[in-house]
Amino acid sequence: MKKRSMYWRMVTASLARRRSRMITALLAIAMGATILSGLVTIYYDIPRQLGKEFRSYGANMIVIPTDSEHKITDEQFEEIKAGIPDGKLVGLAPYIYQNAKINEQPYIVAGTDLEGARKNSPYWLIHGEWPSQPRQVLLGNEIAKAIDLKPGEKFTLSTPKNKNESTQTDFIVAGTVTTGGKEEELIFMSLEDIKSIIGDKGLDVVEASVEAEQAELSQIVENLKQKDAALTPQMVKRVTASQDVVLTKLQSLVWIVTVIVLGIMMICVSTTMMAVVTERRKEIGLKKALGASNESVVSDFLGEGMMLGFAGGLLGSGMGYFFALQVGMSVFARRIHFLPAMIPVTVIVSIIITMIACSIPVSKTVDIEPALVLRGE
Amino acid sequence: MDILTLKNVSKIYGELKALDNINLKVEKGEWLAIMGPSGSGKTTMMNIIGCMDKPSLGEVILDGTDISKVSQKDLTIIRRDKIGLVFQQFHLVNYLTALENVMMSQYYHSMPDEEEAMEALEAVGLKDRAKHLPNQLSGGEQQRVCIARALINHPALLLADEPTGNLDEKNEYVVMDIFEKLHNAGSTIIVVTHDPEVGDEAERMVTLEHGRIAGEEKKKRQRPVIKDGDDKFKGFV
Repeated sequence: MKKRSMYWRMVTASLARRRSRMITALLAIAMGATILSGLVTIYYDIPRQLGKEFRSYGANMIVIPTDSEHKITDEQFEEIKAGIPDGKLVGLAPYIYQNAKINEQPYIVAGTDLEGARKNSPYWLIHGEWPSQPRQVLLGNEIAKAIDLKPGEKFTLSTPKNKNESTQTDFIVAGTVTTGGKEEELIFMSLEDIKSIIGDKGLDVVEASVEAEQAELSQIVENLKQKDAALTPQMVKRVTASQDVVLTKLQSLVWIVTVIVLGIMMICVSTTMMAVVTERRKEIGLKKALGASNESVVSDFLGEGMMLGFAGGLLGSGMGYFFALQVGMSVFARRIHFLPAMIPVTVIVSIIITMIACSIPVSKTVDIEPALVLRGE
Repeated sequence: MDILTLKNVSKIYGELKALDNINLKVEKGEWLAIMGPSGSGKTTMMNIIGCMDKPSLGEVILDGTDISKVSQKDLTIIRRDKIGLVFQQFHLVNYLTALENVMMSQYYHSMPDEEEAMEALEAVGLKDRAKHLPNQLSGGEQQRVCIARALINHPALLLADEPTGNLDEKNEYVVMDIFEKLHNAGSTIIVVTHDPEVGDEAERMVTLEHGRIAGEEKKKRQRPVIKDGDDKFKGFV
């Protein structure tokens, strides 16, 4: 039998046949590894989760024509669409704004891709329905209150045709929209409807909701600017900056908690190993009496620590994912992605932490004298 | 030929002389009993002979090496290579089987050899108990495992501290029988004991009092010719 085989035979026998003491250490390591694995999984998943969360707070990028005398053409709209990487686009809504009147009161009509607007602004509170048929509108709540219109009711919209004439078009209110913002003062209709009244004059603005952090979004904006100087893309800083601030704070919090947990884990393991070394003073004395060097005895204990770190890390990486999953479901109401790399990372970190935690107790074995076993103390 | 020589050996702790100018020679193949009451210096002497302590004064020559002048590290190596220890309280590692306890001694000495460890257990009559843990063995069986462990590395000197101190009469007989067989096979044995019956089994008996040799009794007993069963220890001498 090789020396290494005997070494591992002794180490595994010590762990397997001294279960009660070792389970305490194993649980301490497994708990620490669970928190470590769980929090790091959350740490890496937070940008994705928060990105999705923030996408529900409206568009984070708008594109307007550089020259206010010009409009955005259909080709430019396709350019904007193509400039956003696949899978990052949550919603894209082109807008055509037009002055109009209802009962001689002036209002603004916003013709848009209603599906895109809906994806951009899931936080809009709709009473009634989103328009699904031609000649249906979504009425801002302020306008609905002012002219006392409710979902299902008809009204006539007057839009200027030329200097002295206007076009009268009948519409049905599909729903009203409450946002707490300027949207409550607009009349939303489909692009087809507005184009059928005023003709195709081009787009005034394009709003996009992109699933990206500030740096990535900034890059998209920059690329668009360089690609077409006639377009002026801008980030909605109010949204992107908030996202970054929250993200940074949350990630810092995760790091702090992780470091504290690792510290507690080290103290637990160290305390347990200290008790183990004290308990096994006679065994250490015996091994030395039989000719074991200090290095051999230290290596025996570190081998046990390594095995504990490995087992605890493995256990913790599994439990950590379930911990992260629970946090993800309760905080973000979304599934956390499983990161396969977390298994080796958790196992390696657990082994390192356990070895560090063992170092002080194990160094005490050097002071134990072999004569101790002869004295029968 | 002397395997062990103590020349003017003293061990001093502050004002106390645990050993006071001890001179002793042990021949190869001799069976010596060191006797004496508590506080007589038996344990101190055992620690020095067993390479677990060094004298304050004097020389201790074990198998040609003066162990009073070597470093702690070298002392560990000499202990590992030259001494086989048998303890009153057995001191088996409780999570290792009888076989693994014997192999552990091989592991710290050189290379573990399961077959040889099994032979050692067979020599002490425990082949069928090899896979048992210490808590599954009787006191006598545990002491026999301890002897097998002490023998496995072919030590120059077998040093036993009260080897029957925790055994009943029947097991005491079994253990002393093993010692006799070992002696017959040529082992050098030093037994530290306060039990006159155990001391009587030895060829020579040295009595310590207040750290000095107070008496010495040499028996006329001749080493018997190897009897049936003694030869199984030949391989460990």
